Amino acid sequence: MIAGKLSEPARPLVLEGGRVIDPASGFDAPGVVHTAEGRILYAGPASSAPTPPLGAETVDCRGAAVIPGLVDMRVFLGEPGAEHRETFASAGLAAAAGGVTTIVTMPDTEPVIDDVALVDFIARRARDTAAVNVLPMAAMTKGLAGREMTELGLLKAAGAVGFTDGRHSVDNALVLRRALTYGRDFGALIVNHPVDPHLSGSGVMNEGETATRLGLPGIPKEAEIIVVERDVRLAALTGGRYHAAQISCAESLDVIRRAKRAGLAVSCGVSVTHLALNELDIGPYRTFFRLSPPLRSEADRQAMIEGVADGTIDVIVSSHDPQDVDTKRHPFAEAADGAVGLETLLAAALRLYHNGECDLVPLLKALTVRPAALLGMEAGRLAAGAPADLVVVDLVRPWICEADRLHSRSKNTPFEGARFQGAVLRTIVAGRSVYESAAA
Amino acid sequence: MTEHPSPVAASPAAVFAHRHLLGIEGLLPEEIVALLDLAEEAVSVSRQVEKKKTVLRGRTQINLFFEASTRTQSSFELAGKRLGADVMNMSVGSSSVKKGETLIDTAMTLNAMNPDLLVVRHHAAGAVHLLAQKVGCAVINAGDGAHEHPTQALLDALTIRRHKGDIYGLRVAICGDILHSRVARSNILLLNALGAEVRCVGPSTLLPRALDRLGVSTFTDMRKGLEGADIVMMLRLQRERMDGSFVPSVREYFHFFGLDAEKLAFAKPDALVMHPGPMNRGVEIDSAIADGPQSLIREQVEMGVAVRMAVLEALARNLPNGGA
Repeated sequence: MIAGKLSEPARPLVLEGGRVIDPASGFDAPGVVHTAEGRILYAGPASSAPTPPLGAETVDCRGAAVIPGLVDMRVFLGEPGAEHRETFASAGLAAAAGGVTTIVTMPDTEPVIDDVALVDFIARRARDTAAVNVLPMAAMTKGLAGREMTELGLLKAAGAVGFTDGRHSVDNALVLRRALTYGRDFGALIVNHPVDPHLSGSGVMNEGETATRLGLPGIPKEAEIIVVERDVRLAALTGGRYHAAQISCAESLDVIRRAKRAGLAVSCGVSVTHLALNELDIGPYRTFFRLSPPLRSEADRQAMIEGVADGTIDVIVSSHDPQDVDTKRHPFAEAADGAVGLETLLAAALRLYHNGECDLVPLLKALTVRPAALLGMEAGRLAAGAPADLVVVDLVRPWICEADRLHSRSKNTPFEGARFQGAVLRTIVAGRSVYESAAA
Repeated sequence: MTEHPSPVAASPAAVFAHRHLLGIEGLLPEEIVALLDLAEEAVSVSRQVEKKKTVLRGRTQINLFFEASTRTQSSFELAGKRLGADVMNMSVGSSSVKKGETLIDTAMTLNAMNPDLLVVRHHAAGAVHLLAQKVGCAVINAGDGAHEHPTQALLDALTIRRHKGDIYGLRVAICGDILHSRVARSNILLLNALGAEVRCVGPSTLLPRALDRLGVSTFTDMRKGLEGADIVMMLRLQRERMDGSFVPSVREYFHFFGLDAEKLAFAKPDALVMHPGPMNRGVEIDSAIADGPQSLIREQVEMGVAVRMAVLEALARNLPNGGA
């Protein structure tokens, strides 16, 4: 994908001296990784490594870990239509700096990505300007209006890796049923943002004591749970592949768990923000903490972590959503939802590991091999023949998140001033280094 | 009176050390008492022929109202003028906001005019906090969405204190649309801080979730809620909430939650009736009660000016070169 950008082929790499972690196989030991022609030749213990490829560049990974590049299944961009917020180029830099080697873009742009020509546009623009792999999800319904389904078959053939109405929930059960049924013929992944628009009404944060104190209209958990319940029943009815883009409540997790036990083709995601923060972080009306779904209670946050640890939650996403002054510098109830997250995805997830809230391998699985598998990609694992999308990360190096230093064009991070442990030293996409930490 | 841990304020200026008044939340009981004591003095000033003080001479006060409110705005205006300030009223509800100017832009524009005191009413909760972060002057919350309306709670407390002597131990029933009411939130916080027993009465659709966590008991039967009450505080119900969205009809609401003589009889015989205004007669309150001997509604308006004078004065003392 990236090879088209530069004329010369990527030089072979030998990453040695580091801890090699492949969440897919469970391998976690000192080792080496060899790459050539954009693919992994070998990943494993140094003792059984083959001769390094001719002319290889050696990367010293002592003190660091080599992991598969992250696959982020939920990224909102400003291109096309709102380039002042984010472009493929700026998001690509942010992703590379965050150790994300593949981003899956949402169709909520201007125009909406609901046409083959637009999927093609994204593929070309991203190839020419983005430092990382960009895979588009196309709209599930035309114009995100929730009424008529898009050309699922043609869009999939053009490269759409999934179908979603992005920030919008498809609230007409018949429309979702048809998309799941028709999409089944193409193996299409149907992704819904589970929020009942009527029940959530004018709500802007989790309903409960905090909302009552702040005098803000609340969104009950049931607005999510009911939709997840409904969607899972439609998945059972149709046999289609259903993915809940993001869940936030303990009860939604129970619904997904039951569906999986029943053998349904159901999966779900959670944003790293919902794993790291809760509703109390909103504090005095801080709009960068206004998200959809809203930040929930501490009990819900704990449940989400448990869901990642036991594998009920398939993927962790950044839900990167660049918003600018024009949409965020408003009173809380009038501000837009969303927070940037590409550059803090790995670090915020590692916080759970350092806090002892979740083991490393389940976390990394949800960031690499699981989303890759859902999307039908070979990436996300350290196996011979897989794309050489890799991250060299110092798992313990501390750093402080400063909004001004983010590569994203928008600075709406809820982690301003946050202390993280775990710094990306180098990001490699298709065997080519696209990011190297200045401090490395 | 009886012995209780009711706070006593030393000197108002020494006790009230805040830059803004954004809400009752965050105020200590003695700070509330200090403001009430200062307001008592303002009541006397306001009853003299010579009503002018000079503590705000040379100061500029801007009343910035993003939501129309004749009574609150004129109350703040009068309060400022009685203290000698230059007062300017700005109603932004219809002009620049509709042109796409953000709240922050408006604030920055006003800030450039170097006001000393900014009184703000806004329809969104938290808007006044946001504004206070961006301007250099003292900010007074004159009501933000369903969040807080601190001067209303202070004037209610002053009114109660003047009639009952003390707030500690009183049973206060706040009735009506608690969900959308900033008056209710500020009153709950203030009355709890001063040791009253607070009850909230209303239909379940108008009671916010987890209200008990704010230290109140809730009632959906008004007769039970009013039982033994010393103070009955009625809230305004917006017309657009009586069309079947929150309650089925005006008629049904009045039947169950309108304050009439029959329901008031469940409160103590000497119970007093309050309403922040403007009243919907025949919706939440019967005219006979509103104008009756137990009603404090008109006195609340007088206390409003006094409390706002006190707040303006307390904040002005904390301004740079404020003196004391």
